[in-house]
Amino acid sequence: MTNTQLFQQDRSNAPLLKVNNLTKLYAPGKGCEDINFDLYPGEVLGIVGESGSGKSTLLTCLSARLAPNDGEVLYLNRENNWLNLYQLSETERRYLLRTEWGVVHQHARDGLRMGVSAGANIGERLMAIGERHYGKIREKGMKWMQDVELEVDRIDDKPSTYSGGMQQRLQIARNLVTHPRVVFMDEPTGGLDVSVQARLLDLLRTLVTEMNLSVIIVTHDLAVARLLAQRLVVMRHGKIVETGLTDQVLDDPQHAYTQLLVSSVLTP
Amino acid sequence: MTTMINVEQLSKTFTLHNQGGIQLPVLDKVDLQVFAGQCTVLHGDSGSGKSTLLRTLYANYLPSSGAIYVRHQGEMLDLAIASSHQLLSVRRDTMGYVSQFLRVIPRIATLDVVMQPLKERGVADKEAKDRAADLLQKLNIPERLWSLAPSTFSGGEQQRVNIARGFIQNYPILLLDEPTASLDQKNADVVVQLIKKALANNTAVVGIFHDAHVRDAVADHVFSVYSDTSHANDQTPSHIN
Repeated sequence: MTNTQLFQQDRSNAPLLKVNNLTKLYAPGKGCEDINFDLYPGEVLGIVGESGSGKSTLLTCLSARLAPNDGEVLYLNRENNWLNLYQLSETERRYLLRTEWGVVHQHARDGLRMGVSAGANIGERLMAIGERHYGKIREKGMKWMQDVELEVDRIDDKPSTYSGGMQQRLQIARNLVTHPRVVFMDEPTGGLDVSVQARLLDLLRTLVTEMNLSVIIVTHDLAVARLLAQRLVVMRHGKIVETGLTDQVLDDPQHAYTQLLVSSVLTP
Repeated sequence: MTTMINVEQLSKTFTLHNQGGIQLPVLDKVDLQVFAGQCTVLHGDSGSGKSTLLRTLYANYLPSSGAIYVRHQGEMLDLAIASSHQLLSVRRDTMGYVSQFLRVIPRIATLDVVMQPLKERGVADKEAKDRAADLLQKLNIPERLWSLAPSTFSGGEQQRVNIARGFIQNYPILLLDEPTASLDQKNADVVVQLIKKALANNTAVVGIFHDAHVRDAVADHVFSVYSDTSHANDQTPSHIN
């Protein structure tokens, strides 16, 4: 099968993730409330909003790491079965996170094991899904180091010796090595200086297109959202105030809060 | 004549919530039809709402009321009520848009920027590259620049990269927002040729052209957009001066 055929086959018109009335509140207005949306194969969905708007809480609930108070997250897996996320066992959820899903944390040290080598960080996810051949694991590790533009001869170094931008790329390699279908990202470019940021954005966009990944990305940076996301969800006080195509939301915002958000951006 | 776009009673009012809720009515009950293989030029004074109309056709602006039916995969889809997912599908397969400004990730090479719409549709690398190279050549972007990011280019060069990107795919509908604004005569003529070729391929073109030379060369219909009286009508090219 050629790449093109694969690509077209994957581009189905049905969503692979459905979020229905999802609520997780720590206190009134703190957390996320009554969230509804669908995610389609190959789609990048951005979640924007100010600090404390509930973006990260929502992402944690969506990615099987925090049980909601109410509502459900449904996921269509590779075998074409709908899974109800919080009706699965803890073991099944963890398996999903190691195989078909990936999570890229804002702080690389939350997503990496700092005490073992870069190669081992990438290899760990492969071993978790049953790969045992050391040579193959190392070979894949090297390939992924290259794909995320890391120097292959640093494969045996610990991530603690890497710069922030390198750690972030290593985290991405670690997640993508098992060819996930959905990747959740929390401010992946936050805390990086702009030149490193541009490089990471370019890399993410290439990988998303080539692997036909679906991505949910939380960011407070509207420029990042514009470049990566096709669709935006704007959150305030835990609720969705506006959704739509990214350029429409940013160029013709409807809600007062979105208008304020867009007009507050500094352009150099 | 196949109708590709049918706009019915389209109105657009901007509400500025953070400036005392001021209402800016721009389009009022516009009716417009666009046909396959023909070029419709939007004409009017600066601030008359031409760009607003064009952007609304691309779903970049949200209609306040009315309908925008677009022929997509054999059916007329109303963009005013379509889902985001449907809108993305329209943009991927049916409708291309060339804006005045190039907005891309800073580091990507020009050739890749131009190839991108094809790659997103799953076209093989080799074919996408060949078509991108062909267009860049036609638009007189020297080959030594192809591997560089366009952010360092001059305004005219950036616009030509943008044009190459817009024309690389044979969209059934093409929207052009002043594609020749900062081009010299020679390159404007190349754009005229590209538009004519698209029209010959049965593409429906809607465009804003300030350059009378380009407008006269491509227009089949001229659609006048007025600001104050807020009405618009259809004329043949000979009616404008």
